[in-house]
Amino acid sequence: MEHTDIFELGGKRLTSRLFTGTGKYGDDGLIPAVCEASGSQVITVALRRVDLDGRGDNVMRHIPGHMTLLPNTSGARTADEAVRIARLARAMGCGDWIKIEVISDNRHLLPDGYETARATETLAREGFVVLPYMNPDLYVARSLADAGAAAIMPLGAPIGTNRGLRTEEMIRILIEEMDLPIIVDAGIGTPSQACQAMEMGAAACLVNTAIATAADPVLMGRAFGRAVAAGREAFLAGPGAVSALARASSPLTGFLGETGGAA
Amino acid sequence: MSFLPEALRLHREPLEERMAAATGHDALRALERERVGEDGFLALLSPAAGQHLEAMAGRARDLTLRRFGRTVSLFTPLYVSNHCANHCRYCGFAAPNSIPRSRLTMDEVRAEGEAIAATGLRQLLLLTGESPARAGVEYLEDCVRVLRPLFPSIAVEVFPMAADDYRRLAAAGVDGLTVFQETYDPDLYADLHPAGPKRDYAWRLDTPMRGAEAGLRVVNIGVLLGLTGWRREIFVTGLHAAWLMKRHPGVDVAVSLPRMRPHAGAFQPASPVSDRELVQAMTALRIFLPRLSITISTRETPAFRDNILPLGVTRMSAGVSTAVGGHAKAGETGQFEISDPRSVAEVCEMLKSRGYQPVFKDWEPLEASA
Repeated sequence: MEHTDIFELGGKRLTSRLFTGTGKYGDDGLIPAVCEASGSQVITVALRRVDLDGRGDNVMRHIPGHMTLLPNTSGARTADEAVRIARLARAMGCGDWIKIEVISDNRHLLPDGYETARATETLAREGFVVLPYMNPDLYVARSLADAGAAAIMPLGAPIGTNRGLRTEEMIRILIEEMDLPIIVDAGIGTPSQACQAMEMGAAACLVNTAIATAADPVLMGRAFGRAVAAGREAFLAGPGAVSALARASSPLTGFLGETGGAA
Repeated sequence: MSFLPEALRLHREPLEERMAAATGHDALRALERERVGEDGFLALLSPAAGQHLEAMAGRARDLTLRRFGRTVSLFTPLYVSNHCANHCRYCGFAAPNSIPRSRLTMDEVRAEGEAIAATGLRQLLLLTGESPARAGVEYLEDCVRVLRPLFPSIAVEVFPMAADDYRRLAAAGVDGLTVFQETYDPDLYADLHPAGPKRDYAWRLDTPMRGAEAGLRVVNIGVLLGLTGWRREIFVTGLHAAWLMKRHPGVDVAVSLPRMRPHAGAFQPASPVSDRELVQAMTALRIFLPRLSITISTRETPAFRDNILPLGVTRMSAGVSTAVGGHAKAGETGQFEISDPRSVAEVCEMLKSRGYQPVFKDWEPLEASA
């Protein structure tokens, strides 16, 4: 079947709405198989881990050539550090996409909205395709949009917790209110949760921990790929209305008839 | 701001009695909680919790996997000087010990750095004995300038400094600090450190805080296990780590768990810690502080290091020499005896065979960029 549902982002036309990552794998050699099994076309990589000069294994070597690289600024504690990491990533040949992570709280790994917006503004002006990771807050999302973000990446739950869509109501508001694509990033622990985010109308999901730390990352990658696709199709199909009330098959007001008079 | 009042308060607390009163049921209740507080941490360190070690190990493994994945960060120490002004009764480098003393020249530092870099390692722990007169801030700055091109991440384990001196080191390219309190018991501390600048318990206690204030990214604390009862020591270590995390949320707080081994002096551990007890200590720390970095050293045997790997370890040393100049030339006297003499390549093979990825680089230095 030809893909008609294209996700256009940063000048790319993506057919998969699952973004994956490179962290936490026991063996980076699994990454190509995960990319293939999941169908993912965008992969994030922490610049802090990239070692082009070292003699150790280099994660970049394992990323298939067709993937769009999404370097991230993991480790940045301020807007200034995020900006410098982004420029380094571009200078190292990682392209123009950048996922901004500004975190100065290592206990909860929650992103700093103010610093994230500042970094977004600088980098968008420099021509980066900026995808900021953020707490799902409508006002911060608007600041990021004004600053030139290409999409908004709200967390479903704190990074690496696999706790699912704990921020569901806030993400729903972002989906309703923002014109930019909403990519749910962080916290998604199971394929069903990714599916749920897509059914809500998220444009894509980024999943790393749940895949990389699964007993079988390749199989889990495939499961996530299918779940994201299924959720997207459900969203496009327009799910039937959900009612909190049971509908009696013999309605209580059936005796009234169509016109309100006695039958 | 100081951890001293809290350390002194804990010193007066009858922690041993509280731990003795804790039951296996208390430990199990702590394991069932999403977040474990001080009381739960205490229960997990209690003698009674020992019967639930398998359950603790399971919880610790799951938490470590979720936060850190199947990765272990590798580093190695580089001893550049063994001059020391301290009289620590348990240490081979202590001032009264008549061992050959030396300080590397910058050419020797470069040769050592190149020998280490040739193994693939990119994270370095720069060590000296504690002698500000013979290996002071300026000497350390020089070392860091020589080593920086080879290592994206350099931490120091040297004499405790003022925050401004740490700022100087940070400007030269240092991003981490290791400083062990050795023991949180102030009386025992005074007894074990009869002379030298290290006698100042309070100055040493707040060293990690000063490093954090100076902007260092990683502060690594720890006690020397075996000096006194480990349950109390680990409890206070955990609270000290939590205290640092709360005040400096941007800092990566790490704990090392060094166990005393034989060394050049004649000091023997008063309270040896068994393998089982070390596992209880480590898993309790992991459950109390899921985001804590935990370092396990080459004082441990290969078999033990390999087996505790999944239970919370996030950082390991490899290809270690504890002698000054020991990477480029063999046969020098070390600070302590190494029980895991494996090369970096051998440790990497072990990690891979167990499904773990050795991480060589985990920080991109920013000072020279943009």
